[in-house]
Amino acid sequence: MSAGQPPSGSSEIRRLTPVLGPGHTFGSVTDKISAIVLTRPTSLGWFVGFGIAFSLLGLMTVAIGWLIIKGTGIWGINIPIGWGFAIVNFVWWIGIGHAGTLISAILFLLNQKWRTSINRFAEAMTLFAVACAGIFPLIHTGRPWMAFYMFPYPSTMGIWPQFRSPLIWDVFAVSTYGTVSLLFWFVGLIPDLATLRDRAIQKPAKIIYGMLAMGWRGSARHWHRYQSAYLLLAGLATPLVLAVHTVVSFDFAIAIVPGWHTTIFPPYFVAGAIYSGFAMVLTIAIPLRKVYALEDFITMRHLDNMAKVMLATGLIVAYGYFFEFFLSSYSGNKFDIFLVQQRLHGPYAPFYFTLILCNILTPQLLWFYRMRHNVVVLFLMSIVVNISMWLERFVIIVISLTRDFVPSAWGRYQPTFWDWATFIGTMGMFVTLIFLFVRVLPAISIAEMRELVAETTEESK
Amino acid sequence: MQHRSHIYGVIGEFEKPEQLIHAVEKVREAGYRRLDAYAPFPVEGLSEALGLKRNLVPLITLLGGLAGGLGGFGFQYWAAAVTYPMNIGGRPLNSWPAFIPVTFELTVLGAALSAVFGMLALNKLPQPHHPIFNVPRFSHASADRFFVCIEASDPKFQLADTARLLQNLHARHVSEVPDD
Repeated sequence: MSAGQPPSGSSEIRRLTPVLGPGHTFGSVTDKISAIVLTRPTSLGWFVGFGIAFSLLGLMTVAIGWLIIKGTGIWGINIPIGWGFAIVNFVWWIGIGHAGTLISAILFLLNQKWRTSINRFAEAMTLFAVACAGIFPLIHTGRPWMAFYMFPYPSTMGIWPQFRSPLIWDVFAVSTYGTVSLLFWFVGLIPDLATLRDRAIQKPAKIIYGMLAMGWRGSARHWHRYQSAYLLLAGLATPLVLAVHTVVSFDFAIAIVPGWHTTIFPPYFVAGAIYSGFAMVLTIAIPLRKVYALEDFITMRHLDNMAKVMLATGLIVAYGYFFEFFLSSYSGNKFDIFLVQQRLHGPYAPFYFTLILCNILTPQLLWFYRMRHNVVVLFLMSIVVNISMWLERFVIIVISLTRDFVPSAWGRYQPTFWDWATFIGTMGMFVTLIFLFVRVLPAISIAEMRELVAETTEESK
Repeated sequence: MQHRSHIYGVIGEFEKPEQLIHAVEKVREAGYRRLDAYAPFPVEGLSEALGLKRNLVPLITLLGGLAGGLGGFGFQYWAAAVTYPMNIGGRPLNSWPAFIPVTFELTVLGAALSAVFGMLALNKLPQPHHPIFNVPRFSHASADRFFVCIEASDPKFQLADTARLLQNLHARHVSEVPDD
């Protein structure tokens, strides 16, 4: 590999843009990444961004507080549209939470070097997205303080959860995914926490990082077992990440509601999740590398590869839309056929067409090298994809529920102020957590970057 | 240097991972067995140079996964067919396909928890203090330097000789590790 050659000239050389900028040593990657946390002064911009996000988090607390006082009647849900925003947002957030573990686990098993500088914050993003996702089904129960009913615990009533229900599968899938993602993230962090412990100047930082590092000293014997555990976790997380959105899609596919009862849902949901997850990684990576001058670590090669993953999964999603349409039309089932017509001509048709435009047509720009290497285009594209993946869930949930079997049971759905407040509030929570994460933990894995330095210097010899 | 009664070992510092592997090989050739290497990232070939055997983490993970999976399925069977049976239109109580998602999740959960906590336990972490941290330059082990420590418990350990061996291997710094 021609690491170190300038990324210019013919397209053959351009394709070989290195995953790490030239001239880095073990010391320089350590200094540069740990300095963001330890020595760099907190900028005014950080405080402004954090302040805005934190106010939105406050809005969420108010919205949830009001919900607990008044009940789910403050939302736009009704009969027949019992799911509404809460489930749309749940599926959206959990989908976003797929990229982190995908990057960490699947790309690790496939030995993709470009994952190294993006896995840490992608995993953090996963955790925060899962945290946001988890809020919605919890508060959607109406009595969140009774949520422990969903877990099997020995109660005096002698009852147990209904394990045949996809909603219970969901509880297990999401909580397992959250736990395993946290473990994966934390195991990856241990060596870096030791680095921060050894480099921290202030006493409190030394103590806190020291406790979190648990006395890690980089012993070869420890690394030996550490690598086994990390590889096994990657192997375990790989089927898990594909299973989470499969189980989420079962929430729909197991039901007999027109537009939901279809076998294409699991693969098409998983592809959509990866699609939106990579979009969110781009949404975060592009400002992050700019603000903290990390262009050497998160290179155009990374952005280019992520754009390609988005294009590929976007095409799978497009195939899913087409097949949903085809299967319904070909099924001879009049309810299914009617539902497809409702998507095209019904009251929510504008949402459907926006979805097709944003999710199928816009990403086609990513076929072009120039577009994939235009940071502004990529950033805008990632936002568009995030919005349209949200619309996808809105279309699936709302159109099917407003138009089921009997016209007398048809309805309309309109979100209220509190629906929006809760949704925007979780975005505030997400951004707040991202801001805190970038400030107190290394956003790029230092230990893995050193490994990358060792590998790339070996290759260029 | 000889006045210390208790020392943990002698440590040598190296700049490059290849030097570390070379040093470890030479130290083992010299007959030392109680030694450890320290690196800021997993160095390829270091485990082999140290003669480390396969570790127990995979086995613990397998057992954890089996426990999670069998326990998960068994529990669902017990809840749905034994202790809280519900006859819904005469459908079978042991409707095993419906138990697969939760069984799968609990298998992964059990395996992942045992992989992480098994690894930590075998590494004897958390361990708040270790004599190696008494060496001031050891803080570089988490940044850009590589260390070999020959422990005093090795039968061949002789402070002067052992230190000379590390010096002959071109260690940048050689120092003793106080044990307190």
